[in-house]
Amino acid sequence: MRHHYFDYNATSPLTAPVREAYFAALEEGYGNASSIHHFGQVAKQRLESARRTLASHLGANSKEIVFVSGGTEADNLALRGVAGVGDHVVVTAIEHPAVLATAAAMEREGVAVTVVPVPSSGVIDAEAIEKALRPGTRLVSVIHANNELGTIQPLAEISKVTRAAGALLHSDGVQAFGKIPVNVDALGVDLYSISGHKLGAPKGIGALYVRKGTPLRAVSWGGHHEGDRRPGTENVAGAVALAIAAETADWRQVGALRDRLEKQILRRVSDAHVNGQGPRIPNTTNIRFDGIEGEALLIALDLQGFAVSSGAACSSGSVEPSHVLMAIGLSARDARSSIRFSLGPRHTAAEVDALVDAVEKSVAHLRRISTDSHPIGRVASHA
Amino acid sequence: MPESELPIVVAMSGGLDSSAVAALLAREGRRVVGMTMQLWNQRRLPELASEKTTGRCCSLDDVYDARHVAEQIGIPYYVVNFEQQFEEHVVAPFVAEYLAGRTPIPCTLCNNFIKFDQFLAMADTVGAEHVATGHYARITRNELTGRYELRTALDGTKDQTYFLFGLTQSQLSRTLFPLGEKKKTEVRELARSLNLAVAEKPESYEICFVPNNDYAAFLDAYLKEQGVSAREQKGQIVSEDGALLGSHEGVHRFTVGQRKGLGIASPEPLYVIATNSASHQVTVGSSDALLRGSLVAKDVNWVSVEPITAPRRAQVRIRHRHLPAPATLYPVRDGIEIRFDEPQRAVTPGQAAVFHEGDLILGGGWIA
Repeated sequence: MRHHYFDYNATSPLTAPVREAYFAALEEGYGNASSIHHFGQVAKQRLESARRTLASHLGANSKEIVFVSGGTEADNLALRGVAGVGDHVVVTAIEHPAVLATAAAMEREGVAVTVVPVPSSGVIDAEAIEKALRPGTRLVSVIHANNELGTIQPLAEISKVTRAAGALLHSDGVQAFGKIPVNVDALGVDLYSISGHKLGAPKGIGALYVRKGTPLRAVSWGGHHEGDRRPGTENVAGAVALAIAAETADWRQVGALRDRLEKQILRRVSDAHVNGQGPRIPNTTNIRFDGIEGEALLIALDLQGFAVSSGAACSSGSVEPSHVLMAIGLSARDARSSIRFSLGPRHTAAEVDALVDAVEKSVAHLRRISTDSHPIGRVASHA
Repeated sequence: MPESELPIVVAMSGGLDSSAVAALLAREGRRVVGMTMQLWNQRRLPELASEKTTGRCCSLDDVYDARHVAEQIGIPYYVVNFEQQFEEHVVAPFVAEYLAGRTPIPCTLCNNFIKFDQFLAMADTVGAEHVATGHYARITRNELTGRYELRTALDGTKDQTYFLFGLTQSQLSRTLFPLGEKKKTEVRELARSLNLAVAEKPESYEICFVPNNDYAAFLDAYLKEQGVSAREQKGQIVSEDGALLGSHEGVHRFTVGQRKGLGIASPEPLYVIATNSASHQVTVGSSDALLRGSLVAKDVNWVSVEPITAPRRAQVRIRHRHLPAPATLYPVRDGIEIRFDEPQRAVTPGQAAVFHEGDLILGGGWIA
């Protein structure tokens, strides 16, 4: 059976140009970029070249890029690097756990944290952020594109209110970067998190953009790497891969395929609804199928060769209802009835059509067995 | 492996038996899908955590083992979440029964409401006709009556039919117990010969969500989480003639027939004869006071035969490790009255009475 991957928001395969550049860098750039000799210099050159390339795709200066291990580390560094005990931090209810759990940990340590609710559209407005600001608000963190809904947050408007209040603005751009144009000045962000493996680079590389002049404390200690902001021998090949991924990311065809998928599902499957409204990244749609267990639909689709996502994986690998869907007002039951489809640059219309067929068939099957007079009795209950 | 063939879903706990079932069916060329039920969050009651609490049902170690076996035998594998249903249908009734002074059997509730109901429904979702589990029991088809019949396992030391009497014909028709004809030693040998990762894994005799079999500690932690004060549970220990002998921390800490943990000095051994959740009294007495000649079983399920309308001879098992005792079953207004040929020790409310006729399980009910 051929397996089709529709879970690009979870992670993505290496793209061909990335693979080539990555393996070349592993082979030829294996020196330690901090070493003084030839091998170190080659590695350092590749690292700095990658930093310049990545910066150019953010509209940033290369000195503003800190390479890290991925999105989670970037988020941790951003929050913990600028806010501490006595500060006030504002986050939204639809942040990734990398932000929410970090903020919760900081709250236990004595940082004041406000979690701003998000309306059913899945798009927060700048006024809601403004209301949460107070003297002493050090940092506001707003996800750029939500990983489950795909909704894009109005960072340019939000940054106006945070700037006016003298607060820093961080954005988790893990799902947005590479899929939509990102310019840190146009958005007005001071810190911006990036992860390589969402756009065709390998796991284990990411970056944090830190606007010049933003005081950022290190949160781990070691050598003088990354301008004393992030110690540890540099992942040169990873950085090269991330830069090439940014350079070659081409998601122009994806929007049309996502729309094709969404329209066909809504037309052919009754009682299906798109979660979230407003501007979205081009590859994501989150659809609620009334009366369906998302976990069951996910497994049924997987056994037919289609990989999609539902909710959040807990530590055992089973599914818990998504906190994002609950945050935009869905009941736990509706959240469990929802499936995220996230496409990538390699998909074809034929693949999308095959997925729609499988969804239509599986939803019909699941609804049929749940409405059949349930053949299984419930005898022998306790008195 | 033909994709057109209907898959069999194997309930994989991460233990030896269910792993062997998955391997056996896969080896026969059947299309097998492995699933592990996530039933209980082991981090939920942190005061129960200890270094000994790994390797229990629903622990990450067990999921790891099940996933490893699925990989070894090359089958698709999923963890499915039934935590909410498990709490509603198994854990909450378990706690309520203890508080009511009875001694519940959560495994039977889990079989009735989770494994052979919710899990079977999950199997439906992937188009499976059958689920297979690692239970030691047999299902046969009576060609005369057309009924499915539940029978004890060939390995009598491993027989688990005591926990399966609540199954319906529909459930039996869709269930496979591939180990019912096997001995435990054979199963382990098979796992060894297939190099399964769990071949040397020790057996678990625990209630899966209760660490170290300390159900009283579990109840205390669960009640604390639910905001129930422990003080409300305290009461007196009295003799059969009502004399005050001591005090206790809650009737849920006692079960009929219990001898240890009474904290009372006495010339001859004392046993719990009865518990009363209303008066919070625990009554103790001599060994002979535990003997009962009859009992009434309620909510009876006739698993293999039509309900009886006239007295019928049977052998009745009143706890998992009990040797079925000869008795006569009488239909009465609110269930089945069981009159034993010889009085039986420690008839315990909340446990099951399961009716055997040789290796055939006629049915069973709950001891009132």
